[in-house]
Amino acid sequence: MKNKKLNSNTLLLIITIVLFFVMYAAGCIVYSDKGFGNIQTFLNLLINNAGLLCVTCGMTCIMLTGGIDISVGSLIALDCMILAVGMEHWGMSAPVLCIIVLLIGIVFGMVQGFCVGYLKIQPFIVTMAGMFFGRGMTAVISTNQVSISNEWFVKLANTKIELPFGAYTNNKGALQIPFVRLTVVVALIVLVVIFLMLRYTKFGRSLYAVGGNEQSAVMMGLNVPMTKLKAYVLSSFLCSIGGICFCLNTMSGNVQQATGLEMDAISSSVIGGTLLTGGVGNVIGSFFGVMINGTISTLVKTNGKLLSSWSNIAVAALLCFFIVLQSVFAKIKEKK
Amino acid sequence: MDNNVVLTMRGITMTFPGVKALDNVDFTLRKGEIHALMGENGAGKSTLIKCLTGINAFQAGEIHVDGINGPVVNHSTLDAQKKGISTVYQEVNLCGNLSVAENLFIGREPKTKFGTIDWKTMIKKSQKIMKDLDMPVDVKQNLEEYSLALQQMIAIARAVDMECKVLILDEPTSSLDDNEVEKLFKLMTQLRDKGVGIVFVTHFLEQVYAVCDRITVLRNGTLVGEYPVAELPRVKLVAAMMGKDFDDMAAIKTDEAADFSNAEVFIDAQGLSHKGTIKPFSLTIHKGEVVGLTGLLGSGRSELARVIYGADRNQTGTLKVNGKEVTIKSPIDAMNLGMGLLPDDRKAEGIIGDLSVRENLILALQAKRGMFRLIPMKEQIALTDEYIKTLQVKTASRETLIKQLSGGNQQKVILGRWLATNPDFLILDEPTRGIDVGTKTEIQKLVLKLAKEGKSLIFISSEIEEMLRTCSKMGVLRDGEKVGEITENLTQETVMKAIAGGGSNE
Ligand SMILES: Nc1ncnc2c1ncn2[C@@H]1O[C@H](COP(=O)(O)OP(=O)(O)OP(=O)(O)O)[C@@H](O)[C@H]1O
Ligand SMILES: [Mg+2]
Repeated sequence: MKNKKLNSNTLLLIITIVLFFVMYAAGCIVYSDKGFGNIQTFLNLLINNAGLLCVTCGMTCIMLTGGIDISVGSLIALDCMILAVGMEHWGMSAPVLCIIVLLIGIVFGMVQGFCVGYLKIQPFIVTMAGMFFGRGMTAVISTNQVSISNEWFVKLANTKIELPFGAYTNNKGALQIPFVRLTVVVALIVLVVIFLMLRYTKFGRSLYAVGGNEQSAVMMGLNVPMTKLKAYVLSSFLCSIGGICFCLNTMSGNVQQATGLEMDAISSSVIGGTLLTGGVGNVIGSFFGVMINGTISTLVKTNGKLLSSWSNIAVAALLCFFIVLQSVFAKIKEKK
Repeated sequence: MDNNVVLTMRGITMTFPGVKALDNVDFTLRKGEIHALMGENGAGKSTLIKCLTGINAFQAGEIHVDGINGPVVNHSTLDAQKKGISTVYQEVNLCGNLSVAENLFIGREPKTKFGTIDWKTMIKKSQKIMKDLDMPVDVKQNLEEYSLALQQMIAIARAVDMECKVLILDEPTSSLDDNEVEKLFKLMTQLRDKGVGIVFVTHFLEQVYAVCDRITVLRNGTLVGEYPVAELPRVKLVAAMMGKDFDDMAAIKTDEAADFSNAEVFIDAQGLSHKGTIKPFSLTIHKGEVVGLTGLLGSGRSELARVIYGADRNQTGTLKVNGKEVTIKSPIDAMNLGMGLLPDDRKAEGIIGDLSVRENLILALQAKRGMFRLIPMKEQIALTDEYIKTLQVKTASRETLIKQLSGGNQQKVILGRWLATNPDFLILDEPTRGIDVGTKTEIQKLVLKLAKEGKSLIFISSEIEEMLRTCSKMGVLRDGEKVGEITENLTQETVMKAIAGGGSNE
């Protein structure tokens, strides 16, 4: 007990991070001819997964309380549809729509959070209702694919933020300046803010306490229902931010958008070391979880010959690996 | 309100569905007193406390707190804390996944000027609290790394550190050893001298007489009375709690030191050890013998028992059970060899709250027989009824959910669970923790009865007296090492000497 021993949760996190780098390095070696090693490939990983990263941060917060939120995918579809239809058919201004979408996220989260926290309904059930509602509402607004051509929004989507370093020549010999999109900046800000929130605010620590032992949290004088409510509001709010990022990537609204995204968010959290039982995890892990998820699908895409379903299989295998790892660590801990 | 009084509860009535847990109970707490709240298991002590702190809603009655006009109703522990009432509940209620420092401060963390948690100050303050209590704890480690006793002390430290007028301690001492109890008492007296009113619940009568000023006795949810300590000697206190005269000091052990040299050896452990907890030790237990294990808390009493049972694998040595050498890989092997272990951490390893008393009771027996050979309902019922009766479990019915029982009654069910497996060798680790005086005696009698039937037992208890009454031999442990064995002349004095070291038996 004297020397600082490696906490098993830290170890899990390290394994995740190492795994990411190993995987990425392997990709660089195997697909070097296809430009996998370019810095832009890495940045594209961030660009493509910015929305997922926002959602996963929210998901991690909820999973810390021992809950789950499976409504995020449909909420994103709803957000995108409102943005698309709002700009194209209703003629509303894009910034106003963004604010409306964020507000919808907050209200959505409040209702779900109230049901979970105060009415004590199972989170799975509550958010499943939320999932159906979101998808249903999207279809009510429009069942067509609606593309966005709003000038402000297009400009936002096309904004390149060029990095001041890392310029390289691609295999055609042209000079490339690496860039990211606005969404990446947003997602990274979300990541940092949530990281700090989890560590340095009373609310953040309460999430851990509630997930660690809910009854104890009550007995220690924490307001458990309120903490849960806030967690769901936070998740849906971040999900709406993610929705805007998502929309900036796809530039359209569609009923089938982001189906199964909740599962990507949950698997990223789990791979990042968040326990489904609550109380353990942090967003740094979740970030690497998202990156691993993204790397797998990029690898599969880069290969070009593999069916995209292989990335699902790889994620499934990884999930199994991490869950087994978690329970092995739990066993070892018990033995001590 | 008399201006010396900090808290009055009048006519508190509280009904759980089907159970009247409190019926018109009054309670008065004065400034600067330590007030014992006494009663048998299920008398309503914890319920009264929870009514005060807002965990339970009471149906009738009034609560007044000094400095607040009008009747007070708290809706949560947080509410109560804001009114200066700080509570340590019966079971340790902290979060194992958070660090010790956080457990001490969560909900009232020191803040920086930006309103964020000031970890540096929090850790520094925590270190000071732990140091003042002389506890060897790294406050940055997760709480779950520490023993139950340390966790209990941390829970107390948390409550004490909050500025409060009323401090409630519901059986804080049940998992502490003498040393820590002493620290706690010192703390309590300091607070009393500062004018804090302290409510203290315990089943250890000596502790009541050691620190308390006043006693309120409950029985079956009703108030028996409030007495100054001096007017209620031990025998009278027990009588008030039980509603009948009872002499808990009655000698249970009748025959003189029995001689086991001719009896068959049941357990023969030679040089067993477990890395990090227990140094190699040897121990033989005969059929019909009760062996006590004693030593300070953390000396390895429980760990030694766990090694014999195979809950911790032994790295060295051999174990013979009934003459045959065996290797135990898992608890189920041990059970099949006729062994049973009642663990000391019963909150973590014991109760399954959402199962009924019957289901909780037959759990170990069912596991022993295998999941596919369901125990016939008739047998289950008969067993349950038998143990409810012998252990005096206070429950509405055998189908009541166990979480609805009082803390002590839950303990009794868990004890019953292991007795029901009818083992030839039973390890009882703190079997009487949290159990009232009357039943304690019953349990001691039961242990002797089992021994008479030819079973072998290991009995571990922080109460030396209890072991003196049941054991014929005692192993003494210190820092994970078995340092001696006392076989004759078992008295409080010899045992204490051996524990402290420098005894003649080494
Ligand atoms: N949640 C509950 N639901 C139903 N009945 C309950 C519940 N909690 C307690 N009771 C009942 O209320 C009565 C009083 O219980 P309480 O916990 O106050 O006893 P206690 O005096 O603290 O006993 P102990 O010494 O064993 O802790 C018991 O009969 C118990 O069965
Ligand atoms: Mg109690």
